[in-house]
Amino acid sequence: MKYLGLIWSNLKRKKLRTTLTVLSIFVAFLLLAFLFAIKEAFTAGVRIADADRLIVRHKVSLIQTLPVSYAQRLAGLAGIDAVVHMTWFGGIYQEPKNFFANMPVEPEKFYDLFPEFTLSPEAKEKWGKTRNGVIIGRALADRFQWKVGDRIPLTSPIWGEPEGESVWDFEVCGIFDTSKKGADTSGLYFRYDFFDESRTKGKGEVGWYTVRVQNADEAGAVAAKIDAEFANSPFETKAEPEGAFAAGFAQQIGDIGAIMIAVLSAVFFTILLVAGNTMSQSVRERTEELGVLKAMGFTNGLILVLVLAESCVIAMLGGLVGLGLAWGLLQAGNPAPALLPVFYVPDQALIIGFVMVIALGIISGAMPALAAVRLRTAEALRRNG
Amino acid sequence: MSSLVQIKDVTKTFHRGSEDVPVLSGLNLTVAKGEFLALMGPSGSGKSTLLNLIGGLDRPTKGSVSIGDDRVDQLSERALAAWRARHVGFVFQFYNLMPVLTALRNVELPLLLTHLNKAQRREHAETALKVVGLSHRLKHYPRTLSGGEQQRVGIARAIVTDPTILLCDEPTGDLDRKSGDEILTLLQTLNQEQGKTIIMVTHDPHASARATRTVHLDKGQLSTAQPE
Repeated sequence: MKYLGLIWSNLKRKKLRTTLTVLSIFVAFLLLAFLFAIKEAFTAGVRIADADRLIVRHKVSLIQTLPVSYAQRLAGLAGIDAVVHMTWFGGIYQEPKNFFANMPVEPEKFYDLFPEFTLSPEAKEKWGKTRNGVIIGRALADRFQWKVGDRIPLTSPIWGEPEGESVWDFEVCGIFDTSKKGADTSGLYFRYDFFDESRTKGKGEVGWYTVRVQNADEAGAVAAKIDAEFANSPFETKAEPEGAFAAGFAQQIGDIGAIMIAVLSAVFFTILLVAGNTMSQSVRERTEELGVLKAMGFTNGLILVLVLAESCVIAMLGGLVGLGLAWGLLQAGNPAPALLPVFYVPDQALIIGFVMVIALGIISGAMPALAAVRLRTAEALRRNG
Repeated sequence: MSSLVQIKDVTKTFHRGSEDVPVLSGLNLTVAKGEFLALMGPSGSGKSTLLNLIGGLDRPTKGSVSIGDDRVDQLSERALAAWRARHVGFVFQFYNLMPVLTALRNVELPLLLTHLNKAQRREHAETALKVVGLSHRLKHYPRTLSGGEQQRVGIARAIVTDPTILLCDEPTGDLDRKSGDEILTLLQTLNQEQGKTIIMVTHDPHASARATRTVHLDKGQLSTAQPE
């Protein structure tokens, strides 16, 4: 601690240079945190997916529907614990840019299959009594300032409007939260019975099924059993773990992980050069001063630590503020709720970011620190003469 | 007076590429405790090299360098650093102060290597600056001080740990006559009133006249006779 003053004074030696270096590191780590948030947005579904949940969809594509009667047959298969179906409704609120996911579900089965969503008993009761009732996620409620009792008119280019109606008129019965970090609360769910009675086409068809297996270790075998059950039927299925299903979605955009690593490597390498150059210049300019410190009795080890500490302070000033600001901004609100419903910096990313900050400090300071250690005291002092 | 510095048969050779450049050859020197020794000689005679050997900044190629009971030439790098911190105060021609630190914090620097707490370090540094007559310049940065004042800060920094020996490498070399005289008076006072052992490298006969003894170095050898 007693050396902090010396380190800090050295950082103030060339204020502009230090400030610019800190700023460049700050911007890099701000970007890094946002990239982590984007990656999380694409892969949260994979990460939070339960190992015991399978998605069963039409073998051809997700757009093809399946008969609602499959629910009974699925529930009857050995190894399956619970079944719920969902259908992509594609409802639009006022205009397409207000996009959010909205799907008809069977409430009781939905509660059972997705325990990570928490809803008050009052809301459950109200939803049970309200045919056109909906429950909405906390993020969606915050986004449109919706509250219980509000009416939400949606139009659906996929299913059209109910006979004689110009919109699907829904009433908010409850707002659900989540007990699982990263779970998406930007969606709206309404009752399947209301949907099926009101739609003018496709009655008795659903989008896909989510099933829970009794033993997660046998999920693969159960998936194969499901596909075999419906093989050679007009509606063949493809069953896969929820995580694989979510990963398939993310893969449609590209290999997010590889893109992240490529961008991060470029950013980290560039910042390493900037910080390394700053530290090298700083140490070169102080050759005589380092010689004086050594003459006073500062050991090589202490000199090494002081130079490394200096570069670590620069890296931490920029990096931690950058990470912290990104975290704070995303805590305050999602800047792109329609595009990326789940958008936050995960704790693990913050830890990785912190490690990268320290690594940046050590790596960028290593060469100058070693040069300072190798400096021969008598030689360093002679340079001034 | 008992001897403090004992240099026996010291040879120092530098290697420049494939060439060996002898700087000191078979040199013997004894400096008594409490002595103020002036080390004179032309450029390249090996004065600074000898000073570096005494201060443990360099090692002899052959021979021994003893300060008190310590064989300086045989200490490890780490032990040598600790030894310097405890026993040696350096005063440089160009002051070599940290431009980013105030006079007080410059003087406090060597005390960072001690176990003193912050308040004690400050107290010691203030006392050292008082000894050199700079109590009113504690918060000043080197760039706001005159050359003479900067050298006083340098001396305060050298004496703040109460070292066994002060090694001064042309301490008045960058100063005008008046400031140089003040510095020499200060060194003389430290020697006479506080009993500090001082070895001073100088070109200036006026400076060497303030010392209690002068030795001349030429071509790596000591001679007591003053050159023509």
